Amino acid sequence: MSEKAFKVKINPLKCWPEAKRLREVMYEEYAKAKERGGIRWSGSAWAFSAIPAGLGDDVYYLAGEPYGATCASFMDLSKELISAAVNAGYSRDLCSYALNYWGSILLNKYVLADGRVIEWQPPDFMWTIHTCCQHAKWYQVAGELELKLYGKKIPLYAVDVPVGSYRDPPEVKEKRIKYVVDQLKRGIEWLEKVTGRNYNESRLIDAVKTEIEVTHLWARICELNQAVPAPLDERAIYALFAFGPMNKHDKRSLELYRKLLKEVEERVKKGIGMIEGERARVVSNSNPPWFATYIWRPLEARGCVPVGSLYTFGLIGCWEVSDGKLKPRTLPWEKGFNITNADDALWAIAEWTLNGRLMWQVVHDFQAYVDLMDMLARQWKADAIILHYNKGCEYFAFCVPELKRQLIKRGHKVFNYEGSMANPYDVDLEKIYAVFDAVAESLGL
Amino acid sequence: MEIFDYWFRERHKYAEEWKSKTGGKVIGYFCTYIPEELLYAANILPVRIFGSHDSRIVTLSEAHIYPTMYCPFCRDCLASGLAGKYKYLDGIVLGQSCLHMRQSYHTWAANIPVEFKHNLAIPHGVQNPEAVDHYLNEMLIFKGALEEWLGKEISMDKVREAVEVVNENRRLLRELYELRKREKPPILGHEVMKVVITSQFVDKREHNEALKKLLKEAKEVDRDVKVDARILITGSENDEVDFISHVEDLGMVVVIDEQCTGSRYFWNTVEVKDDIFRAIAERYVNRPPCPAKDWPERRRLDFIKQLAKEWNVQGALLIQQKFCMPHELDIPALKEMLEGEGIKTYHLEFDVTVPWGQFKTRVEAFYEELVGLEELL
Repeated sequence: MSEKAFKVKINPLKCWPEAKRLREVMYEEYAKAKERGGIRWSGSAWAFSAIPAGLGDDVYYLAGEPYGATCASFMDLSKELISAAVNAGYSRDLCSYALNYWGSILLNKYVLADGRVIEWQPPDFMWTIHTCCQHAKWYQVAGELELKLYGKKIPLYAVDVPVGSYRDPPEVKEKRIKYVVDQLKRGIEWLEKVTGRNYNESRLIDAVKTEIEVTHLWARICELNQAVPAPLDERAIYALFAFGPMNKHDKRSLELYRKLLKEVEERVKKGIGMIEGERARVVSNSNPPWFATYIWRPLEARGCVPVGSLYTFGLIGCWEVSDGKLKPRTLPWEKGFNITNADDALWAIAEWTLNGRLMWQVVHDFQAYVDLMDMLARQWKADAIILHYNKGCEYFAFCVPELKRQLIKRGHKVFNYEGSMANPYDVDLEKIYAVFDAVAESLGL
Repeated sequence: MEIFDYWFRERHKYAEEWKSKTGGKVIGYFCTYIPEELLYAANILPVRIFGSHDSRIVTLSEAHIYPTMYCPFCRDCLASGLAGKYKYLDGIVLGQSCLHMRQSYHTWAANIPVEFKHNLAIPHGVQNPEAVDHYLNEMLIFKGALEEWLGKEISMDKVREAVEVVNENRRLLRELYELRKREKPPILGHEVMKVVITSQFVDKREHNEALKKLLKEAKEVDRDVKVDARILITGSENDEVDFISHVEDLGMVVVIDEQCTGSRYFWNTVEVKDDIFRAIAERYVNRPPCPAKDWPERRRLDFIKQLAKEWNVQGALLIQQKFCMPHELDIPALKEMLEGEGIKTYHLEFDVTVPWGQFKTRVEAFYEELVGLEELL
């Protein structure tokens, strides 16, 4: 069923057209970087993207996961890309974002935000992180494909981020932060070497401050969704949160989020919900099948609003746990930590991210996953939790049954559906809708 | 070999007896990156947690994990814990490895009561210059946690003694592997697999003594082995001794491996120096890498290439636990490298049970490719 089949009255956001255009611009800029003599790099959405910003204003970033999601939003194209990667020997249960990305290299296709396809645009270097088993190896494979197909050797730098969670003692956290900071320092030397450019400390400071504020503002925007009716729904959040993963260190993302925050505050004040007639609320853990971001519409048509997920709130948004509750993290300079030089900046961004990024914490500490989902459901007043067996992302799938068991023990109504964030071959929408029917019925809708 | 056969078969009985005989504690470990030396120094028996390959119990894990994409080895380990096979464990420790293993640890910790639990954040970026310091920090946190649990300090002298014991085991295993370079190896692949696997849960002091005897016998024996082809096995965790035995019955002798139940586990020793903790950290960071930790460069391939050359192999079985993502990410490059070296490869996916009836046809096809149809018939 298409999105239009579901009768949902929506109150659109004023800043939506600007957000849509900015996303298109960011994809185009990366593609046109060479025409301007700029530098292109690629890596995980979780990469410390503020660091390469110190190389200049003409440095453009292709974040792998958002790119994979963009490919996946065009189902037929995505099937083509995934098939190419699988035929090249990469198992179909690997990260579905990575399969789309490798497929793009293999088929020489770069997908723009609006679905236009041009030639693959290789990066000049790859700068990423490693937290799940596939992050650094994704780009290791990408480098091999680039070399084999286009004869281009693309250097790779990956920062190991062995994060724990908010539950760890401070002395443990300090050592882990230092480990990351040391890698970032060495990374700056590496960036200078592979690009031949001099590194600019003030650009780094600026980008770090921007990234911290962007990830703080995003958490504040999500926090406002505790209001009833919810000013945003997951469909809107999917579109708006993308600027974090795509360009969290970019001033334009900051400007957009400042505007968005004001608009959402205004909605809360006036009692404007994203969906008319909110009767119930659900939260989720994971990302949706990107070719069907309207997946929640059948529930919304019955008055049940998906008000958030640990994924959209915590992939980039930085939070703290205080008195057993989730709160947007206090900005470092509000706590007296002023960023005045490169050392401060590196420490600040490592500390901010390691201690604030929820989705890193849940990868390393399963109990934190349970606690955070519990907090999310309670604070955002969810009537039920819907978990996604996301076959496109091993971590989001394989621990779901244990997560479900533990959340049920804590008194939540928990449901699950099977799908994939970026592999259309693994998604059966009708089956998902049948689950949603059961959810709605059990909530009396 | 009888003692190794016995240990392999009766591993749980062995651990229980060890406990009552010594009064020591037993810790189950997930992944071979944990510093066993610290456990020996604390008079703790480290027991690697394995699965049971028993289809009657593996379903126990299915209420906890998503079997459609969960590594069968990790699933089987968890199922064995849930089935009470490891009820003698006083504690568990995870050496941060892959996500699946990590989840088995977390689910175990949430559902099976043990006194001591520790998640040791082993670095993934073992090629980073900072990795040794990080391993060292995390190891000292682990040491502190053990001391708090035991209520006593782990002395430097005990650590040095433990390093000697574990190092000796590593040297003896290397010696055993050297014998497999012979044209007719005095010990077969499935036998060696038992020897290495038992070293992961038997007290290494006892294991060393048994190994010395085995080495003496193996050096002296002139075994008439049918060697139609010399094989390397490489890939995910693999404790399928019966499978290897069947492969060898066909006339392909497994002369070398690159697995965490084989060479990757023991290949390098701790280079003893004043700062013994740093020496231990260096050993683990610099060991032959698990693919989960082998980036940005592919150092694993060089190690495998060297093994294939020195042990003069003609074919390689690439064994992968289903859904083992780090290995899935290595297989295309590994296959290409080996075939570039003139070594034929065959990729097999393992599940909780490995039915030889179905695998036989495939392995015979590989044999035929290596040796020719006539030899097989």
